[in-house]
Amino acid sequence: MSTAIADIHDAPAEPAVNYLNASYGIRSWLLTFDHKRIGLLYLASITVMFVVGGVAATLMRLHLVEPQGALFEPETYNKMFSTHGIIMVFFFLVPSIPATLGNFLIPLMIGARDVAFPKLNLMSWYIFITGAALALYGTISGGVDTGWTFYPPFSSLYSGTHVVAVALGIFIAGFSSILTGLNFLVTIHKMRAPGMTWFRLPLFIWALYATSLIFVLGTPVIAITLFLLGLERLLHVGIFDPAVGGDPLLFQHLFWFYSHPAVYIMILPGMGVISELVTAFSRKKIFGYSFVAFSSLSIAVISFIVWGHHMFVTGQSVYAGLVFSVLSFLVAIPSAVKVFNWTATLYRGSISYEAPMLYALGFIGLFTIGGLTGLFLASLATDVHLNGTYFIVAHFHYIMVGGAVMAYLGGIHFWWPKISGRMYPDMWARISAAIIFLGFNLTFFPQFMLGYLGMPRRYAVYPAEFQVLNVLSSAGASILGIGYVIPIIYLAWSMRYGPVAGPNPWKAKGLEWTIPSPPPTENFEEIPIVTEEAYNYPAIEAHDYPDAPGVARV
Amino acid sequence: MSELAVHSAHPPGFAHQFETVEQQREAGHLGMWIFLATEILFFGGMFTAYVVYRSLHLPSFILGSHELLVRFGATNTAVLICSSLTMALAIRTAQTGGSKGTIIFWLLATMVLGAAFLGIKLRYEWYRDWVEGLIPGVSWLGGGTHTPGVKMFMCFYFFMTGLHALHMVVGLGILTVLVIMTARNRFSPEYYAPLEISGLYWHFVDIVWIFLFPLLYLIGGRYPGS
Amino acid sequence: MTEHQARDYHPPHIVPVGTYVLVFLALMVGTAVTTWVAYIDLGAWNTVAALTIAVCKMFLVVLFFMHVKYSKGLTRIVIIGAFFWLAIMITLTCSDELTRHWEIVPQGWSAGALHIARLLFKGTV
Repeated sequence: MSTAIADIHDAPAEPAVNYLNASYGIRSWLLTFDHKRIGLLYLASITVMFVVGGVAATLMRLHLVEPQGALFEPETYNKMFSTHGIIMVFFFLVPSIPATLGNFLIPLMIGARDVAFPKLNLMSWYIFITGAALALYGTISGGVDTGWTFYPPFSSLYSGTHVVAVALGIFIAGFSSILTGLNFLVTIHKMRAPGMTWFRLPLFIWALYATSLIFVLGTPVIAITLFLLGLERLLHVGIFDPAVGGDPLLFQHLFWFYSHPAVYIMILPGMGVISELVTAFSRKKIFGYSFVAFSSLSIAVISFIVWGHHMFVTGQSVYAGLVFSVLSFLVAIPSAVKVFNWTATLYRGSISYEAPMLYALGFIGLFTIGGLTGLFLASLATDVHLNGTYFIVAHFHYIMVGGAVMAYLGGIHFWWPKISGRMYPDMWARISAAIIFLGFNLTFFPQFMLGYLGMPRRYAVYPAEFQVLNVLSSAGASILGIGYVIPIIYLAWSMRYGPVAGPNPWKAKGLEWTIPSPPPTENFEEIPIVTEEAYNYPAIEAHDYPDAPGVARV
Repeated sequence: MSELAVHSAHPPGFAHQFETVEQQREAGHLGMWIFLATEILFFGGMFTAYVVYRSLHLPSFILGSHELLVRFGATNTAVLICSSLTMALAIRTAQTGGSKGTIIFWLLATMVLGAAFLGIKLRYEWYRDWVEGLIPGVSWLGGGTHTPGVKMFMCFYFFMTGLHALHMVVGLGILTVLVIMTARNRFSPEYYAPLEISGLYWHFVDIVWIFLFPLLYLIGGRYPGS
Repeated sequence: MTEHQARDYHPPHIVPVGTYVLVFLALMVGTAVTTWVAYIDLGAWNTVAALTIAVCKMFLVVLFFMHVKYSKGLTRIVIIGAFFWLAIMITLTCSDELTRHWEIVPQGWSAGALHIARLLFKGTV
C-alpha cells in the first residue's frame, strides 16, 4: 500500500472538507445516505436509550439497598427491571457496535465507498427510532411488568400493562436489525477492494459478518413470536394458553431461538473490536488469524443450537435438557479460542496502556469470568440451583457490561480520532476506564455471591441477611454510573477543543487509517489495491515511522 | 480508465457506491436472496408452532382442516402458479429486449392473477368463515364441531394465510411500481434488475402458498373416515 | 474493467419459453395429483405424499422460475442455509415438545446408561 502511505505525509492534518462539514443543516443529516453520518445518527440514538436504561438500573439499585425495598411497590419494581432489560437489550446492546462502529467502519476497512444499500441503511435508522419511540411511549405510559422475556400466559392473559405497544416497538426495531445485517453481508461479500481477500480482512469484519448472519437468521423468529403474542393478547385466542391446548413453552422455544443467538449478537462485535485493539496496542500480528476468524463463525452457528439452556427449569423435557446442555458446553470452545489467541498476541508484544487498551484488557478478564460462570449454568444439575438467582444476573452482566460495553467504549475511543478528527484527553479516558472497571466489579461480583446464596432475581424484596452484599452492589452501581458520564463529557468536549488527530494517531494498520481524519464523504479518492495481510505490524517499524514504537502517545 | 469514460458507460439506475454495473446487479441479487432467507425464518416460526400443535392435537387439527374448502385452495394454488409463469415471462421479455408493451402485459397479467387469488380468498373463504363463526377473536361460534382444538387450528389458518395475503398485497404494490417504471422506459436488456429481484419475491410468495395448501387443507387426508 | 469485474462477469442465462411452460405444466400436474391423493386413504402416507409433492414443486419454482439452476454457488448456500436453520428450529423444538411424556431417566449412571442404550437400540423404553 505504498501509494497510500505516501499520501499520509502529504495530506493536511485536518481536511478542510470532510464528511462532517460537506453539507450543513439538519436536513443534510436526516436525509443522508452516507454510512458515516448514519453511524453517528445511531450513536446519538443508542446513547439516549442507554441513558434511559441506565436510569432504570439506577432506580433498581437504589430500591434494593433495603431488604423491604426503599423506593417502589413490587408492581413498580417489576416494571423497572422489565424496562431496564428491554431497553438495554433491544435498543442499546443489539444495535450498539454494529450500527455505530459497524456502519462507520465496514466500508472503510474493506476499501469501499459506502455500504451496498445506502438508502436501506438510512431506512434502517428510521425504522429503529420508530421502534424505539414506540417502546419509550409504552414505557412512559406505564411500562410492562413481564420482564424482557415476555413469558405467557402472564404476558398474554394476566398482565395489565402495555405489552402490545412495547412488543410492537421491539418488532419494528427488529426489522432495522435485519436490514442492517443484510446490508453488511452483501457489502462484505461484494464490495471488498481489489486484493482484499477474505483472509486479509480485519477480524472486526469477520466478527461483524458472523453477527450479521445471526441478525438475518434469528431476528425474523422473534418478530413472528412477538407478533403471535400480540395477536393472542388482542384477540384473546389462547395460542399459548394451556387451558385451550396451547403450550407456554412453545413461546419460550420460539423466543429463545432468537434471544440466545441475540446475546452473541451483543458480544461478537465486541470481540471483533478487541482483536483490533489488542493488535494495535501490542503492535503485533494477531496470533492465529484463521482460528480467530473461524471462531467467530463457529460462535454464530453453535449459538443457534443451545437455546434450551434457558428452559432447564421451566418444564422442558429431560431429554431435550440433556441435548441442550451438551451443546451449550460446545459453544464455550470458540470463545475460549479467542481469549487464548488474544493472550498469545499480547505475549512479547510492545504493549502500551492507552485508554482503548485498558478497555481491551478489562474485557479479556471480565469476559473470561462471565464465560466461565456460564459453564455452571450449562450444567443441568448446577443450573437447577442457580437458575432464577442473581448468579445468572451477574453472569450475563459480566459478559454484557464487563464484555460488550467495555469493548464498545474501547472501540469508540480507538476510532474517535477517525470519526471526529480530534483526540480526547487520554488521562481522563484512562481514569474513566479505571472507574468503570472498579465500579463494575463492585456492582456485579457481590451478585455472584448473592445468587449462590440463593437470592432470587426479579424480586422487589429480599431476606435481611443479603443486605450487605446488596448495598455493596448499589455502591458499585453509582461508581459505574459516574464512570459512564465522564466519557460523554470529554468526548463531546474534544469535538471542538481536542487536538487535531491526523490520519493515524495510533500508527495502526488498517485501511481506515490510510485516509484523512475525519474522512471525506466518498472515503477513498481512489479505491486502494490491497497487497498485504491484516495487522502487518513489523512492516510499520521497518521503514515508515522512525519514532520508537510502544511509547505512550498523549 | 478515466472517470468520465466510466461514467458515460453506466446505464440509468447505476448507483455510485458500486464500481461496476455487474457488481451492483450481483449485490442486488444477493440482497434479495438474503431477504428471502429472512422470510423463510419469519414464516418458519409459524410453521414450527403449527408443526408442534399439529403433532400434539392431530384429531382437532384434522377436524379444523375439514372446515376448509379444498376446491378454493386448489384453485388458488393454480392461480398463483399461473402468476409465477406470467412473472417469469415478463422478466424474460425484458431480458430479450421485448417491447415495453409486452412486459407491461405480462406484469398486469400477474397482478390480475394475484388480485384473483385475494378475491377468491376474501369472498369465498374468509367471508364464508366469518358468516359461519369460524374466525377466532373476531367471529367465533363455539359448540358442536367448533372445539377449542379447532379454534387453535383456525387461529393458525388465519394467521398463516393472513400473513401470506399481506405479502401478496405488498407484491401487488411492487408490481404496480414496476409497471410504472416499465412505462417510463427504465428497463432494457442491460438493466432489468428491479424486475428480476421483484420476480424472486413473487415466486417466494408462491412457494409459501405451495406449502400452505397441503399443510392446511389436506392434512390427515380428505378421504371418507379421515 | 477491473480484475474483479472480469473474473465475476456472468452474462445472465436466458431460459427458453418452452422450459417455463413445461415447468408450469409440471406444477399444475403436481397440484392436481396432491389434491387427488388426499381423497385416497393412505393413512400416515398421505402427509408424506403431500409434503413430497410440495417439495418437488418448490424445487421446480426455485431452480427454473427463480433461475437458481443458473446461479452462483453463494445463492444456493443462502437458500440451503435458511432451510437448514428452519430445520434446526423445528427439530430441536420438537425434541422437547414430543418427549415431554417420555419416562424420566432413572437414577444412577449405570441405570441411566442402560436406559439410553434401550432407547437407541429398541426405540422404546
